[in-house]
Amino acid sequence: MDFLRPLTWEDALAAKAEHPDAVPIQGGTDVMVEMNFDVHRPPALLDLNPVRELTEWDGVDGRLRIGAGVPYVRLIEELGDRLPGLAQASRTVGSPQIRNRGTVGGNLGAASPAGDSHPPLVAGDAVIEVESAARGTRMIPATEFYTGVKRNALEPDELIRAFWTDPAPGPQYFSKIGTRNAMVIAVCSFAIALNPETRRVGTGVGSAAPTPRRATAAEDFLSAELDWENRGPLSVSAAQRFAELVKEAASPIDDVRGTADYRKHALSVMARRTLTWAWNDYRGAVPGTGEGKEAS
Amino acid sequence: MRVNFTVNGSKETVDDVWEGESLLYMLRERMGLPGSKNACEQGECGSCTVYLDGVPACSCLVAAGQVEGREVRTVEGLATGSTGSDQELDPVQEAFVEAGAVQCGFCTPGLIVQSHDLINRVPDPSDAEIREALAGNLCRCTGYEKILDAVRLAASRKAAAAK
Repeated sequence: MDFLRPLTWEDALAAKAEHPDAVPIQGGTDVMVEMNFDVHRPPALLDLNPVRELTEWDGVDGRLRIGAGVPYVRLIEELGDRLPGLAQASRTVGSPQIRNRGTVGGNLGAASPAGDSHPPLVAGDAVIEVESAARGTRMIPATEFYTGVKRNALEPDELIRAFWTDPAPGPQYFSKIGTRNAMVIAVCSFAIALNPETRRVGTGVGSAAPTPRRATAAEDFLSAELDWENRGPLSVSAAQRFAELVKEAASPIDDVRGTADYRKHALSVMARRTLTWAWNDYRGAVPGTGEGKEAS
Repeated sequence: MRVNFTVNGSKETVDDVWEGESLLYMLRERMGLPGSKNACEQGECGSCTVYLDGVPACSCLVAAGQVEGREVRTVEGLATGSTGSDQELDPVQEAFVEAGAVQCGFCTPGLIVQSHDLINRVPDPSDAEIREALAGNLCRCTGYEKILDAVRLAASRKAAAAK
């Protein structure tokens, strides 16, 4: 087995081109579990920890470009105000030790349907920047990045450089079902992102289909239904219809963590709750209404 | 392969490290540092927690080769002085002893490193903050109440010492 340790992004791309079967390792929170349990023994590990570029983030033309190696703890501390949905999801990842090491790049690379960062990425129209030495950069929308259970759109010589997303233009929420509040892999999860500028609602459904996905019909329905102009109250029937459409968008399975029926039910509850929180925030954001911004 | 890194302030070189092994394995099996415990090997239990460049991490999830040129501090490196009568335990270690926060002791090293980090970052942690910080450290004797007592005790002593 080889251990490759490039010190720059350029060298990392060269190493991946030369060893396409090398498994990139960042925080190790997925890769090392497979190694420790002998599930998977790759011909080489490609350590990306020394590649400083991956641990940086920046604002570019109003968008955020976040290096694939920025750990969850930094997303929470440094970007929590600009990406509240992703920060909430990050807070539910493992334990402090795991959040110190785990990265969105690793989540994308592993492409588990249960990965916590996926729903907010999908709901917030994130785009994944990948690169190879031979063909340069490709920009892949998050919705197209996941291709199957633990499969993604990366070519063997490509590495994940960063993800791009807008600073939240409106309220964002994430919700996740698990057996306790910490150290939990999602039974299912849901993210919502309101965009008052485009008057669109974004959604992300996690751990309830072979890949993370949007609930497109639910988004279309709600975007047309919400009273964006007057910030009017959310009708119970609209919230229920939205929840129903989110549920219909899922195609979960029965497994050790939960049944398909339970997941569908839980998704409809999370959809309704997160929508209520988000819409209350949006309504409360009107100056002088006297309504608090805090979500319940 | 060869790995060069600093552990508990001392520069070390370790040879014949297998490329796929964890930092935990290297510490315990190749370097005579068995303080970090091996339990779940999947980041669920926290008993192998060490500082990596000053940040707590599960050493079972760090590939040994990833610490090249870096700094690791294990539970063995918290006390000052060499082993023997001149050794002084860290206040967090003292507090665990005094509060009776040790039952079988297997989770203790990880809890001590994680608590040590918490108190450094948050000098006067609330119960909620302690619980969140220790959420990834499992005690299967379920002695959590005493562990919380120990963290509160260590924090209050540290605050008193700083005055």
